[in-house]
Amino acid sequence: MADTTMQQDPPPATTRRRLSWTGLFSLLIFLALAILPPVAFYSGHPFWLDIFTRLVILAIAAVGLNLILGYGGLVSFGHAAYIGLGAYAVGVPAYHATYGGFDLIASYNGFVHLGLALLVSAVFALITGAICLRTRGVNFIMITMAFGQMIFYAIVSLETYGGDDGLTIDVRSEFPLISLDNPLTLYTVCYTSLAIIVFLLYRLSNSRFGLTLQGARSNEERMRAIGVNTYHYQLIAFVISGVICGYAGFLLGNFTTFISPEMIDWTRSGEIMFMVILGGATFLCGPIIGAILFIVLEHLLSEITVYWHLPFGLLLIFSVLFLPGGIIGAVSRIGGKKGQRNG
Amino acid sequence: MAEAILQVNNLCKSFGGVRATQNVCLEVLDGETHALIGPNGAGKTTLISQLSGLLPPDAGQIIFKGRDITGAPAHQFSRAGLARSFQITSVFTDMTLLDNIALAVQAHDGHSFRFWNNARHDDRLRQPARTYLQQVGLADRADQLASAVSHGERRQLEIAMALATEPGLLLLDEPMAGMGQDESSLMIDTLRQLHGKKSILLVEHDMDAVFALADTITVLVYGQVIASGPPDDIKSNAEVRKAYLGEDAD
Repeated sequence: MADTTMQQDPPPATTRRRLSWTGLFSLLIFLALAILPPVAFYSGHPFWLDIFTRLVILAIAAVGLNLILGYGGLVSFGHAAYIGLGAYAVGVPAYHATYGGFDLIASYNGFVHLGLALLVSAVFALITGAICLRTRGVNFIMITMAFGQMIFYAIVSLETYGGDDGLTIDVRSEFPLISLDNPLTLYTVCYTSLAIIVFLLYRLSNSRFGLTLQGARSNEERMRAIGVNTYHYQLIAFVISGVICGYAGFLLGNFTTFISPEMIDWTRSGEIMFMVILGGATFLCGPIIGAILFIVLEHLLSEITVYWHLPFGLLLIFSVLFLPGGIIGAVSRIGGKKGQRNG
Repeated sequence: MAEAILQVNNLCKSFGGVRATQNVCLEVLDGETHALIGPNGAGKTTLISQLSGLLPPDAGQIIFKGRDITGAPAHQFSRAGLARSFQITSVFTDMTLLDNIALAVQAHDGHSFRFWNNARHDDRLRQPARTYLQQVGLADRADQLASAVSHGERRQLEIAMALATEPGLLLLDEPMAGMGQDESSLMIDTLRQLHGKKSILLVEHDMDAVFALADTITVLVYGQVIASGPPDDIKSNAEVRKAYLGEDAD
């Protein structure tokens, strides 16, 4: 008997088709993000470059959140805290470098800022994650939100760094060879970061770690019954997710050069969550599409009315009800149907 | 005489005032198929849940392969070699059958803190996963989603997942529940093939299956063991007939 069943059978046509369809869609988005902003910049519309930069930074945060929300199935409502920690990791050392004090971290050096951003968010994620992950469901949502608000109020109370009023970053993170003061350079850094992070997460999502995480999302009791301590895997995913958002905060601090507790507020966490859900959780590039949509809607709707959150909320309800898997989920279904018809 | 692979001493578990397990003593010998029967609410599933570590017992001891594993977390029961299937089918419905098994293989192939290589192209996981699928007759279904196959096939899949963790003892909680005649006989065939190769503790309502498969039968009523022995002894045991089969022992 030939061992036909032991061979690596190709995946069924529908799966393959679906993969390439969303893959193609994502590729188009990346292409557009590579071409449009420089074009806008050189054709004399620097304002558009700013929008794109903010978009890409938010996309990084959303992609980071998606690791724990989409792949881990754990709804974290406190991820804005990591963005804030990342941003203050730029602002605080720069502040002390300008006005003195706190010699240990006072610096304009970008590597100090970056290292601090990643370290602080990793430590915060590790400590809070270790506690939060003992709960599930609504409790998990509430406790992650509580930890996020804790950082919010901590920073509000820090008068040195402006408290409620926020802190202006006078000097951006300094790196050798590149200057983040150049908006196009900053955009390039953000865009490249997004591409690298998406690629790393693509590898991770199909790795043994990624499948373990998704198995725990699908059926945690089953996962334990086959001998996996899901807690450890979810904790590492929580930390990676937090660190990515911390990195997004580092970029955001350098982009806006003004940071305040407002960027840590729980409504901010909600916004990143919207992006993930609207774009399509469990799809690698879903959150990027969500971020694009968020920015577009924010600009379109806020031109029509100051109460733009209202139609936005309605749209979100609509998408949750009628578009399970978000925008990219719908795209993949259209692709899947096409594939079936062809096959 | 074969040695006991699992020994349960005076296991107790209560839910509020309900004593689901009362001083249960049980011995499963290496290589035997041991059936656990009893009327509804006798505490069979509660017992299985304690034996797989998902429910901590209030008192008593679970000794597996000579090691006391009472009170250890569920994943350590699996690591020690106790694999279970659930009364209500429990698989990863959003994954393909092959992915389901491969994940079970992976769970027992060292830690999974490996972040780079594509696990779906890892022959160390895929090859054994295909063998287990073949063993339960699902090889041609490998790439279907677990949510898309029939109930009977999903139960077979669960057996294959349990086998993939290379257990010393299989705990099967009503593997034939909700199955049609054809599916049941397929399951009986699968279990018969395992007979003698794997130690099995089987909870089952289907008496034909129990008497066809079991070497030893233990009868549980209201959380207590009322009889234990070879099928013929159980059949003729007056107490069992009265309490369970609902017949008067005249």
